[in-house]
Amino acid sequence: MSLYPITTAHYVILSGALLLIGAAGLLMRRNIIVMLMAIELILNAVNINLVAFSKHWQQVTGQVFAIFVITVAVAEAAVGLGILIALFRHRGTVIADEIDLLKW
Amino acid sequence: MDAALFYTFAAITLAGALATVTRRNPVHCALGLIFSLLGVAGLFLLQAAELLFAVQILLYVGGVMVLFLFVIMLIHLEQAARLRQYSRQWPVALAALFAVFLEIYVLAQSGLPGLPPSPQPRLNAGGNTERIADSLFYVYALPFEAASLLLLIAIVGAVWLARKKEQPQ
Repeated sequence: MSLYPITTAHYVILSGALLLIGAAGLLMRRNIIVMLMAIELILNAVNINLVAFSKHWQQVTGQVFAIFVITVAVAEAAVGLGILIALFRHRGTVIADEIDLLKW
Repeated sequence: MDAALFYTFAAITLAGALATVTRRNPVHCALGLIFSLLGVAGLFLLQAAELLFAVQILLYVGGVMVLFLFVIMLIHLEQAARLRQYSRQWPVALAALFAVFLEIYVLAQSGLPGLPPSPQPRLNAGGNTERIADSLFYVYALPFEAASLLLLIAIVGAVWLARKKEQPQ
């Protein structure tokens, strides 16, 4: 595939690369705040994909779906950070593998 | 021109994302994420999604990132920044990520050969915001209401979760 001109496939590859980086952060980091940021990266990769295909098919539906994805991402960030604050009050840590109350 | 802008925004997005994932200090991670989100906003603008461009900057960079920075300030992270940053199952994670990488590699080799060509340009006839509003309020009115309910529940839930418990004397 050539570097020029820019096609829909370029956007899909960029979205895949962003998803890869986000998934790496989510799976490998221990700090819960950084894991939440990695989830935002993954959702942004999805949005790039939706908008790219919205442009390709010349239909606005993909952009509407991207708005719904942003809504869910905001709700997720709010609830996740609320849980994080409550967790820090109880356990005094934000490291994911030190929070192992349900393990035995 | 289009290609130069695309590669500029793509580089900003990926560099910011890499900084988010690799930096030790969570404030640096948040700054990297802001850069990444701004790059994504530029990509939206390149694809004639003006409303999403504005929403991305106002909502993500203006709202969500401020929320993240407030939480970083509320929580003492000095000792967390000095600890080990990567969890113990990182080889398994790398193996899973390698599969995703292979898919991207194959896609980069072949492109999307089966994709039919784009139809006539009619995406923003009458304005991007107007088109999205038509679609959102006529076709997707019920999901729109469901999303507003979800946001309400999230607000109430976040406030309830983050409140300070009264200590019994």
